[in-house]
Parts: sequence; structure tokens; C-alpha cells
Amino acid sequence: MIDWIAAFFLIAGSLFMLVAAIGVVKLSDVYMRMHAITKAASLGAILMLVAVSLLYVQWIVWIEALMVVVFVILTAPIASHMIAKAAHKTNMPKGPNYVMDELEGVDTDIPDKA
Amino acid sequence: MELQTSPVLTFAIYFSFFNLTIGLFMGLYRLLTGPTLPDRIVVMDLVASLSIGLIVVYIIATGQTVFLNVAVAIALLVFMGNIAFAKYLIRRIKK
Repeated sequence: MIDWIAAFFLIAGSLFMLVAAIGVVKLSDVYMRMHAITKAASLGAILMLVAVSLLYVQWIVWIEALMVVVFVILTAPIASHMIAKAAHKTNMPKGPNYVMDELEGVDTDIPDKA
Repeated sequence: MELQTSPVLTFAIYFSFFNLTIGLFMGLYRLLTGPTLPDRIVVMDLVASLSIGLIVVYIIATGQTVFLNVAVAIALLVFMGNIAFAKYLIRRIKK
């Protein structure tokens, strides 16, 4: 029974990661590609770690899987925010189908305290 | 490779390996043809997540749970790499 649940979590996580990779290839913009990665790939990693902690009932495995989950949840939004900010500051080209940009012309100049 | 797991888990392991490998090749395509530098930095984030997934599937396939330490190290190092690349990207234009 636990094999079926772990197999479900494994397949779901790998499919989320595949969706992230498809988004990297298909989307048209730096910001849209970052939007695809930073949510789907994090969720895929978390689901696969749930699978490995279901299969191995040891406290060291649980603690390490929990550490990876906490690091991914804490650091993925910060890292993608930093890269998006750097890309926007350096005037990276936008794709053909973006809706709005509230910082257009405001944030493009680089301040001293960057 | 002869796996010592139940049939449904064996199918899940092979299917996950297939998906993650296809994802790695898609990342390689974007890394080679990405028009700008932030595209390639974004691919590094994707490859890190795919590596964590590959390590997890390898742990389930072989039973060697020590490799979770590698997943912890990758999850920590990629954050530092992203921050460093963002700083470098801003500083390169400022010059």
C-alpha cells in the first residue's frame, strides 16, 4: 500500500518538473521562464522528497528531507526575485505578450546602493 | 539494472528517470540557445531542482539514503550561486 502512495508522489513530482522544463522551452521571456521554474520545480522537488520519506521510516531521512524542503521553500522565491530584479534593471527584452509593467522607466536606472 | 522494489514502484522509478532526463535535455536546449544571460541563469535553477529529483529517485532505486546529504548541499549552494549571478549581472552593467 505504501508503495502505491510513494509511486504516486514520485510520478506527480517528476511530472511537475517536466512541466517546468516544458515551460522553460516554450515561454517567450525571461520573466515568464522564471515564473515557470520557481513554482513548478520547487513543488516537484517537495513531492519527491515526500515520497522518499514515506518509503524510509528513519528519523535521519525525515530530518534531511525536511531540511531540503525548508531550504527550497525559503530560498527559491528570494533567488528568483533577485534574478528578476537584476534582469529588469539591466533592461532585458520582454516577450510579445506581457500585460503590464509597473516599474517601466522607474527601475531601469541603477542606483548606487545596488 | 535489477531493482529490488515492487512492480509499481519500479515503474514509477523508470518513469521518473525518463521525465527528469527529458527535462534535463530541455534545459540544455535553453542553455545553448538562450538569447540573453538571465535565461542561462534561470536554467541553472532548473538543473538544480532536476538534480535533487534525480538524487531522490536514485535513493529509492538503490536504498542508499546517504545521498540525501548531496541534496541538502545542492539546495544550499544553488541559492548562493543565484545571488552571486544576480549581483554580477547588475555590476557588469554598472561598469
